[in-house]
Amino acid sequence: MAMLEVRDLNVFFGVIQAIKNISFDVDKGEVVALIGANGAGKTTTLHTITGLLKPASGSITLDGKDITKVPAHKIVSMGMAHVPEGRRVFAALSVYDNLKLGAYTRKNKKEIEESLAKVFASFPRLEERRNQVAGTLSGGEQQMLAMGRALMSNPRIILMDEPSMGLSPLYVDEIFSIIQKIKDEGTTVLLVEQNANKALSIADRAYVLETGRISMEGKASDLLNDEGVRKAYLGA
Amino acid sequence: MKFLSQLISGISLGSIYALIALGYTMVYGIAKMLNFAHGDVIMVGAFVVYTACVKGGMNPALGVLIAIAFCTVLGVVIERLAYKPLRQAASLAVLITAIGVSYFLQNMALLIFGSDTKQFSSVVSLKPITLAGGSLTISGEIVTTIIVSVVIMIALTLFVNKTKPGKAMRAVSEDKGAAQLMGINVNGMISLTFAIGSALAAIAGALMCSTYPALSPYAGAMPGIKAFVAAVFGGIGSIPGAMVGGVLLGVIENLSKGYISSQLSDAIVFGVLIIVLLVKPTGIMGKKINEKV
Repeated sequence: MAMLEVRDLNVFFGVIQAIKNISFDVDKGEVVALIGANGAGKTTTLHTITGLLKPASGSITLDGKDITKVPAHKIVSMGMAHVPEGRRVFAALSVYDNLKLGAYTRKNKKEIEESLAKVFASFPRLEERRNQVAGTLSGGEQQMLAMGRALMSNPRIILMDEPSMGLSPLYVDEIFSIIQKIKDEGTTVLLVEQNANKALSIADRAYVLETGRISMEGKASDLLNDEGVRKAYLGA
Repeated sequence: MKFLSQLISGISLGSIYALIALGYTMVYGIAKMLNFAHGDVIMVGAFVVYTACVKGGMNPALGVLIAIAFCTVLGVVIERLAYKPLRQAASLAVLITAIGVSYFLQNMALLIFGSDTKQFSSVVSLKPITLAGGSLTISGEIVTTIIVSVVIMIALTLFVNKTKPGKAMRAVSEDKGAAQLMGINVNGMISLTFAIGSALAAIAGALMCSTYPALSPYAGAMPGIKAFVAAVFGGIGSIPGAMVGGVLLGVIENLSKGYISSQLSDAIVFGVLIIVLLVKPTGIMGKKINEKV
């Protein structure tokens, strides 16, 4: 049994079908990449998994437990965190308050402090700016905050939506080295990326999403060398 | 002395507007809706105090507590029954529903209490304070209103900025989806906001009718509109904005009454709103958040 299992998922926006009968697995400890063009349904898939969208049919299970109908606010305490597209940090709140909200459902103060120390160790810049209002951070810093905020829930699996979007190459490298670190610590990652090259270099396996359908799947290294994938997504 | 006395009663009136405006602005901030029934909750609160104290002979403090409890429940029930089913609906539908709830509350009060104006008896037992050798007298109602409002505003500011539910509330008002991903129950936060706003409305109702003791089913309509103006004036969605907007509005209204014309005072109040919105469309403390992409 995989940690996260998506089966025959169908999602509609009104009459338009955004997700067409997709199924995929994410095993414990893996980094799985979901790549595809704009509008392929990557973000919709993540939103459906964490309950922000409701599927028309299909099922989603986390560690064998059906979470298809679980409301979004109950997902994070089940061990799944979601770093949304566009970061969506709480701009009017301080860096520290943003991080504390990441641990909103946790009760044990000592464990929260430990997570905070860990996040600050991974993102020293967030500690420097802990009292700064999040809206005044640069794009890259906001991305770090969004990731740190998700890590504050101490997740077993973390969904990341376009973490490198709009960032300078320097920040892109930093973000990916942090994803590598998250993986090395044993946290499972489902990564949605437009930067297919980067995503496939870090991932164990990958799925290619094309207009709401999975068109290809396999080991990330195989996809990286696949002629079709290279042409369509790697610009080569 | 006349100026000082007008100013102080203006601050008192403005404090009442501010308490009501807080309910408007907090609900707008979190649910992105204008709850036009909010003014009528003040009227309901005042009628509860009237029934408990004037008719029932209860202790005024106890009467106010009952009114707070009653309005808190009323606010939450209104949200659940009337607004929650419309969460995904167009904002115009919600607005019209709010106006419907407003008429419903007014007509319920008409049905129960009749249309004649009731003589409200003050819930304040504080003696008037005489200052400056007898040339300035401030009523106990005015002193109480100002003190109670200041305490509430400080408490509310601390709640929103320092406590976990307060921060969660701000997170929801900024981004509902991201707040849900943190594990925050958005519906619970909206209920909490309505509860706080309605409790403040009950307090405002008791204070308002203590200073201006005429109570009718329409008693909440005009203060409700004025408080809405105060909230927009201060910057809708902003808590300090509602406080500043409310107090300023009360002062402007009272000084206009005292020095220009009591008939024109409302026109002046709304005129000031128009000018403020022309110069600064986001209101005094309202800010336009420029998002980085």
